[in-house]
Amino acid sequence: MIIRLEDIIIKTICRLLIPFIQLFGLYVIAHGHGSPGGGFQGGCILAASFILILIAFDLSEAKRRFSEKLNNFFNNFGVFLYAWTGWMCLLLGGNYLDYGKLSRILPVDAVHARYYGVFAVEVGVGITVMAIMISIFLDLITGGKHEEEPEK
Amino acid sequence: MIEYIIAKYNYWVYIVLMMIGFYAMIGKRNLVKKLLGMNIFQWAIILYYVSTASKKGGATIPIVMGAHGHYEPAQAIQYLNPLPHCLMLTAIVVGVSTTGVALALIIMIHRRYKTLEEDEILESLEAFKK
Amino acid sequence: MISDQFPALIIVFPLIIAFWINIVGWWWKRPCFYMSMLALSVSFISSLGMLNTVISKGTIHYRLGGWEPPWGIEYVVDHLNALILIIVSFVGLVVGIYSKKSIEKEISESKIPQFYSIYTLLVMGLLGMTVTGDAFNLYVLLEIASLAGYALIALGEDGAPLASFNYVIMGTIGACFYLLGVGYLYIVTGSLNMADLSQLLPNLYHSKVVLVAFAFLMVGVAIKMAFFPLHIWLPDAYTHAPSSVSAFVAATMTKVGAYVMIRVMFTIFKPYFSIEMLPATTILCWIAVAAMIYGCILAIAQNDIKRMLCYIIIAEVGYIVMGISVGNRMGFTGAVLHIMNDAFMMACLFLAVGAVYYKTGARTISGYKALFKKMPLTSGSFAIGALSVIGIPPTCGFFSKWYLVLGAINAQQWAFAVALLVSSLLSAVVFFRILQNMFFSPNENPPIPPLEKGGEGGFEKQGKGIFPHEAPASMLIPIFITVAGILLLGVYSGQIISTIIQFTVPEGF
Repeated sequence: MIIRLEDIIIKTICRLLIPFIQLFGLYVIAHGHGSPGGGFQGGCILAASFILILIAFDLSEAKRRFSEKLNNFFNNFGVFLYAWTGWMCLLLGGNYLDYGKLSRILPVDAVHARYYGVFAVEVGVGITVMAIMISIFLDLITGGKHEEEPEK
Repeated sequence: MIEYIIAKYNYWVYIVLMMIGFYAMIGKRNLVKKLLGMNIFQWAIILYYVSTASKKGGATIPIVMGAHGHYEPAQAIQYLNPLPHCLMLTAIVVGVSTTGVALALIIMIHRRYKTLEEDEILESLEAFKK
Repeated sequence: MISDQFPALIIVFPLIIAFWINIVGWWWKRPCFYMSMLALSVSFISSLGMLNTVISKGTIHYRLGGWEPPWGIEYVVDHLNALILIIVSFVGLVVGIYSKKSIEKEISESKIPQFYSIYTLLVMGLLGMTVTGDAFNLYVLLEIASLAGYALIALGEDGAPLASFNYVIMGTIGACFYLLGVGYLYIVTGSLNMADLSQLLPNLYHSKVVLVAFAFLMVGVAIKMAFFPLHIWLPDAYTHAPSSVSAFVAATMTKVGAYVMIRVMFTIFKPYFSIEMLPATTILCWIAVAAMIYGCILAIAQNDIKRMLCYIIIAEVGYIVMGISVGNRMGFTGAVLHIMNDAFMMACLFLAVGAVYYKTGARTISGYKALFKKMPLTSGSFAIGALSVIGIPPTCGFFSKWYLVLGAINAQQWAFAVALLVSSLLSAVVFFRILQNMFFSPNENPPIPPLEKGGEGGFEKQGKGIFPHEAPASMLIPIFITVAGILLLGVYSGQIISTIIQFTVPEGF
């Protein structure tokens, strides 16, 4: 139900802005465990960039860049990354989510292993939040019919 | 009396918001209005939690000063209680997913009955039974 | 040792598998069912292992991430948890097996992977609510379970989306009240850990904030467990859900709610606060009496059998709450026993009703006429489940009601005992109408309908063998398992009480 909108100003501005939005999203995710920010916020910013593509261009253009199956894969993969980080600690002899135990496979000490463990979790959360936000948006604007071609 | 209200204004604000949401959920017959009421209700509780975290005297966000490079922990007086914020991060996510599920249900309902007024939906359900 | 990790395994394994089902389901639909069952079997095995550990070594404390309890999230498994975990994971597994055939027919094929994914998440959420020892973590898992429940209920027949939407509204109010209660407790104590809260709270029992927190927690939980005046979402939601979903949620969701109520009343708060300082238990008892009578009377008024069973659930929740709040050892034992028995009884009845619906499409009392001639095994199972709800001796329902009545008598509350018996009589009226229709149909020798030709619009192709009109074996076997459960739990109820349930009774009873 998204009508193709031909507007050169909007498209150009979006082309310019979207890389910076995405870069900022990645920055927020990457520094989330040491300063304000994190997976949720960064994921929302990343999702906003894709939603901007969707609004400025149209559905088929957005889906060419980020297909529905890829989105679905990401939204499950992020949770999997989170759970798997915890699971690794469990396999390495600690409790679930005991990142200190990751020092046995990472070349760092236990304190830094915790640091990187939280980072992996934040990345997982960020991926999932991004994918979920996009899929909620897609579902809502198309009424769950995003498999079909948009009406012209 | 007025000092009493002003001294604890965060509680009054959250209670008023919560009651607005509650009224919309119970009193309104339109499904989208009910959903909006539900959101106001949830957000009022989030506001309440976050307001409990605040401290007087200019406390701000960071717990660790100088995050990149040398670490030194901030004094307790300098930062807000971070736990309610973390809890509410989770509650916000829960709220967003509840809203998502509810909107999906509303789309389903609208597709089936072509209306969002509860009375009309119930009528068409009754008609379907007969 | 892997057995030390059971409290994490029971949650994490279904969580990981649930998301893999979603990924795999996009390309390949067949393995989704098996993956889901694998996850639920692992949960069931871990819950068995935990019960074993709890019986031999006492309470398990599991620290997520290795953080010390008041700061980190702690999973605590004692006798009560371990029992509920086994019930939830077992019913989840059994109903999961049943849903393979039943779901294929009731929802469109493209949604089947998502169904199993959400179903696994639902079981995982309920298990998480049971295993956690942290008040806020319980809220999060409660919402996971509820969201999964909303989605599954909305898959049902006509009217399901509206029922599910009302459930969303009511469920969110309940969860938000719970959250608010936890918030008040957090303000006054600065802790979210249940064991820590119970240490910190006794000094503050006269504070108004704590009283408000208690009220919010109780109302929130009461909405979630469909306790009498707050039950309005339940009949619609459970009636319109697909049969296997309603079998699972009916059997476990209200019971886990009852478990949370026990935790709030007797773990977060000490028993003497809930029983002596406040009139909470007295009020709860009287409301429970109203719930028992109301549920059974409205059940008599229903024509749709699934809806009738929903009102029976409301009465059963009344029994459980009465047992919890009557405030003595017998009553509490009866309540815990009834949580266990009721899960099996409701699973059995809903599964049998689902099997009949699967084969004949009938769900009204008149539609059950002479069912015994067509589906003898299913109607026999339904009859045993019904007898257990009424409380006829060899079945498990008798024993839990026996303890509940003894509890009421020990507390010198004759009114409660009488109400329980009256409610049992009313449920006898409810079920004997159906049983009479099933077994002793008034018109003699009704013609057995000829085997239908399977085709579009018609119901399932007829099977072959001794019972041509019965549902497929993968639906019958789960029904038989629950029937065996009803009978065995009745026979072994003495052992269960002496090995498990007597340790669940809180101190001070």
